[in-house]
Amino acid sequence: MQHNVYLYILVMAVVTYLIRVLPLTLLRKQISNITIRSFLYYVPYVTLAVMTFPAILSATASTWSALIGFVVAVVLAYRGAGLFKVSVGACLMVFVLELFV
Amino acid sequence: MNNNRTWYVQGIRDGIPIFLGYLAVAFTLGIAAKNAGLTAFQATIMSITNLTSAGEFAALGLITSGATYMEMAITQLVINLRYCLMSFALTQKLDSKLPLFHRFLVAYGVTDEIFGVSVSVEGKLNPFYTYGLTSIATVGWTLGTYLGVVSGNVLPARILSALSVALYGMFIAVIIPPAKENKILAGLIAVAMATSSLFTYLPIVREISPGFRIIILTVVIAGIAAFLFPIKDEIAQEKSYAA
Repeated sequence: MQHNVYLYILVMAVVTYLIRVLPLTLLRKQISNITIRSFLYYVPYVTLAVMTFPAILSATASTWSALIGFVVAVVLAYRGAGLFKVSVGACLMVFVLELFV
Repeated sequence: MNNNRTWYVQGIRDGIPIFLGYLAVAFTLGIAAKNAGLTAFQATIMSITNLTSAGEFAALGLITSGATYMEMAITQLVINLRYCLMSFALTQKLDSKLPLFHRFLVAYGVTDEIFGVSVSVEGKLNPFYTYGLTSIATVGWTLGTYLGVVSGNVLPARILSALSVALYGMFIAVIIPPAKENKILAGLIAVAMATSSLFTYLPIVREISPGFRIIILTVVIAGIAAFLFPIKDEIAQEKSYAA
């Protein structure tokens, strides 16, 4: 390796931090435009949905255990379980299923 | 001030699933870091300063191949650009009168998971909640990386596999409850998951990297929704990102 690992890490950290910090510090005022506000209101739901599915299917050792874990999480969340319960419930389901697969 | 403390503790509590998920993912990152020739110290420094999974995995490949620093910078920019979108949404959740240093601190913890949980708070976001989430998440991420480097087989594959769904379970816990009372949100989530599947499996579009897939689909779907279903102003004011 000719390059310095610490310099690589520094470059990565600076770029990544700038991406995160610029919108938070430069756009401090409340936006009044209703379209932009609606857009920002919808952003988290769309982003998280896109990130979850179908990525969850390839997260575990088998597609089936992941799919059932996904269904269990949706049902638990729909019934009003909190973050921890939904998350651990899905993990336990996958763990138990994979004991038999 | 007592309020800040309560929020911080609540953040740590809600961050436990993030901790577990990060521990599992960072563990595999640590193993990859070791294979890329990094020492445990270097890998740990990388994780604590970057706090990003896809970016760090990609970086390992670049380090191994001896890429230029410019290539490293551009790769990180492309892979992590979605954080820009998240910060853009998050900045509206913070009180505009909040002292600036809070914004610098909150920025450190803008990851998919910490963002997802932070925006699910009803009304304005107290930065101490995000600090709680960030604290415990960073411990999981850094510790996992370290453990992955020093001992490739501390956690059995079965447990790693099960823990891998923890983060997705959390996302689901964030998006499903509001969708129960809001048909538009429910529809959007279904459309988002369906198009995301198409972009993952269909030829040509599947070549688009996951980072860009997230950005493109979010901008397009949330953009169309904003035109078709503008939110009522009072909802936006009081209950933005209602939990």
